[in-house]
Amino acid sequence: MSTASREVVIVDGGGANIASLNLALQRLGYTGQLSSDPATIRAASHVILPGVGAARAAMERLQKAGLVNLIPELKQPVLGICLGLQLLFESSEEDDVTCLGVLPGRVRRFAPAPERPIPHMGWNQITRRRDSALLDGVPDDSYFYFVHSYAADVSDDTIATADYGRPFTAVAGRDNFYAAQFHPERSGPLGARILENFLDRC
Amino acid sequence: MVGDILELAARYRDEGADELVFYDITASPEGRSVDRRWIHRVAEVLDIPFCVAGGIRSIRDAEEVLNFGADKVSINTPALTEPALITELARRFGTQCVVVGIDSREEDGNWCVYQFTGDPDKTRAAGLRTEDWIIEAQRRGAGEIVLNCMNQDGVRRGYDLAQLKVMRVAATVPLIASGGAGTPEHFRDVFVQAGVDGALAASVFHSGAINIRTLKTYLRGEGIEVRP
Repeated sequence: MSTASREVVIVDGGGANIASLNLALQRLGYTGQLSSDPATIRAASHVILPGVGAARAAMERLQKAGLVNLIPELKQPVLGICLGLQLLFESSEEDDVTCLGVLPGRVRRFAPAPERPIPHMGWNQITRRRDSALLDGVPDDSYFYFVHSYAADVSDDTIATADYGRPFTAVAGRDNFYAAQFHPERSGPLGARILENFLDRC
Repeated sequence: MVGDILELAARYRDEGADELVFYDITASPEGRSVDRRWIHRVAEVLDIPFCVAGGIRSIRDAEEVLNFGADKVSINTPALTEPALITELARRFGTQCVVVGIDSREEDGNWCVYQFTGDPDKTRAAGLRTEDWIIEAQRRGAGEIVLNCMNQDGVRRGYDLAQLKVMRVAATVPLIASGGAGTPEHFRDVFVQAGVDGALAASVFHSGAINIRTLKTYLRGEGIEVRP
């Protein structure tokens, strides 16, 4: 597949650390363009919504950039990563904030327990619930790198689950929207495979 | 020198390391600013998380390191001299970015924090009990604790299980054991007995005494869950 046919735009939420994501795209032969400009995002072939940090601050930045209404209306493939996944849901318990509402449901905090430090940080296995082009070539029970304190419950939009005291949505998808709670850009060759699947098969 | 770092990074990546920590020893003692472009070179090569430690004293330092592609910053002495830095970093970048490194050593039956450990002439007690410092660092926004047990460091006689067990109870964020790894059994013991979330080692990997892939196969055989 020619890379020229891909205009990958990474939504600039300001503050999010996207250097590693861009480098992961580069290793696949793509260049992600960082932008918060509505016209640029609308014109992209693929949109990635990254996110590190707190939900309210991220939503405020999207609001300020005029993207809160635009993102749910996008028709091209959209991939939310980590906080980007959580923002696709209706709301988050973190700062009790209203999110983009592409996917029904509320994102909830993990309950702390002695044997389960918060944040959930490290490699964990995912279990496929249904097939998706995003997971083509990814074996069941593969490990991915997670860093988060909040998670979305398992729902009809869940493609794969992971477990940390409770089962949660590790990979989600609905229509042209896809999302991963883990960091594919930091999850070794299988993470790269997911990014490649998103760009080539979704 | 950057070439050596890149080669090591690629080697550990291919051996199946779960995370890499780079201690920028050139950065720390004198407070001089350093050229951090090597971080970007490393980030280009790595597809696993990596953390940079050493010489990070401000939001600006951390921002530079993260913009070059690191996933986390680890602060040690600056967190002790200016604890508010932990909070500021956590607010700006999220707690998951903020690792607090702690050098700890037993003294009169207590575990105590040491600072300025980058320079043997300046190393001194920080006047804090390790347990108290872990709790305070977490309260201030540390998302991970790397506990370097100085009694064990460099001697390869095993991790400081007694200390790590105590600190495991204090640490509600991920706790990474550091100092003392010499054999695969040491890694098994620290996971099974101290319940840590990760085990960090340097010399046994650098020297080739232990291969990471072989180690992980061994740990899996011992019933410890590790990524293949």
